[in-house]
Amino acid sequence: MKEYAYFPGCSLEQIGLSYNQSSVETTKVLGVELKELEDWNCCGATTYFHVDELLAYTLCARNLAMAEKDSLDLVAPCSACYKNSYFTNKHLREDPDLADHINYALEEDDLSYSGQIEVKHLMEVFYCDVGLDEIRDKVKKPLEGLKVAPYYGCQILRPKKDDEDVEQAEFFEELMSAIGAEPVPYPLKLKCCGGSLLISNRIAALSMVRNLLQNAEDNNADVIATACPMCQVNLECYQPQVNQEFGTKFQVPVVYFTQLMGLALGIRGKKLGIGKEIVAATPLEPYTT
Amino acid sequence: MVKPSFSDEIANLLHASHGNPLITCIQCGTCSGTCPAVDYMDHTPRRIIGMIRANLKDEVLNSNTFWYCASCYHCTVRCPAQIDIAETMYALKRYSIWKRVHQEGLVGPTFSETFVKTILRSGRSFEPILATSYLFSAGVRELIQEGVTATKMMLKGRLPMLPPRIKRLDNFKRMVSRVIPLEAE
Repeated sequence: MKEYAYFPGCSLEQIGLSYNQSSVETTKVLGVELKELEDWNCCGATTYFHVDELLAYTLCARNLAMAEKDSLDLVAPCSACYKNSYFTNKHLREDPDLADHINYALEEDDLSYSGQIEVKHLMEVFYCDVGLDEIRDKVKKPLEGLKVAPYYGCQILRPKKDDEDVEQAEFFEELMSAIGAEPVPYPLKLKCCGGSLLISNRIAALSMVRNLLQNAEDNNADVIATACPMCQVNLECYQPQVNQEFGTKFQVPVVYFTQLMGLALGIRGKKLGIGKEIVAATPLEPYTT
Repeated sequence: MVKPSFSDEIANLLHASHGNPLITCIQCGTCSGTCPAVDYMDHTPRRIIGMIRANLKDEVLNSNTFWYCASCYHCTVRCPAQIDIAETMYALKRYSIWKRVHQEGLVGPTFSETFVKTILRSGRSFEPILATSYLFSAGVRELIQEGVTATKMMLKGRLPMLPPRIKRLDNFKRMVSRVIPLEAE
């Protein structure tokens, strides 16, 4: 049994509730234990770095320190939480002065961090730690015939970490194939959804959503699958606003990759949060019963 | 003592970034060609870098470019000179908030500060409070659309009613005050 410190992040508490449910359910079936970090705090999203960098690192370091106390690697399902935690970890390991300063602050919560744990995105846990073979073995109901646009978004891949390919990633497609679904070509799969601009530049954000929806439709996708709550909310919940602003008629369901995996693993749709969509996930109906 | 140039100030703000300094920019425009928000910016990222190097401080601070950066890091991974361009945009935002100089009518600066205050107050973010920074500047049509979206999400149980907060909030606030001595609100 693989065990991880689970950092769900603020979005998964409400707007991304179904991501939380489906993450917990699918990992259980795959023999992965997610132990929720006790008293985790916000990672600061993208916004915190606009105001103070050191404080942004401190916020992430508190979560890292709590995971290290349990000797567990930290897993984040949200790409922003993942990116912030990952790079805080990297900077703290490489910069002893920064680590000293932040550990001084962490003392106030009886914590300290020494850089002993790794930070992973939930999809990485499935792809690298569980592995595609193991997933294929456990599939009960392959999602045959379901055309999925695999949407990576930004921060699961970027910034670049080592020498991995950040321009032609394929792991999402491979994961979808492993559960029997059909990944369709999705040329804009690495383009930003504009989530962080939704409030500061609404029209820019909506036009970015429009392009992604159009691209999914052009490639005959039944659903778009995401690995980030901000991408999901932006692409799904703002679809009606896109339609109003641009005179389009999009009705593209946007689901979490964990929901698709859960269905393939034989978990009931309701337990995966299916049914909480604003754009009904009708194409999933044949697989939910 | 000689006052550092604007270009030096921004370079110093970038000290924590592991990319190359702006002086290595070859002005190729890969960043501008990659940027998903470039159509909405008054100056492209390539141009802003050139303007920083030319010490055009007022023009840079009054541009909307860095406030419209979506933090997607696509420019950063593609820059042939390996400049961390997204990080440069963050540095400009911090500088602009610090100096309280920004283009009039932008929502970004208020939103960022509201977000930070929310987290410092409770340890977690809370969407309904964040929305308030936007409401004052939104038009009627946007407000109605936003209201419809929020209602739909609420009906599906996807909007929080009560602000969440962490348990060890007092420790958390003291931790924060060791980094920057903010008055606890």
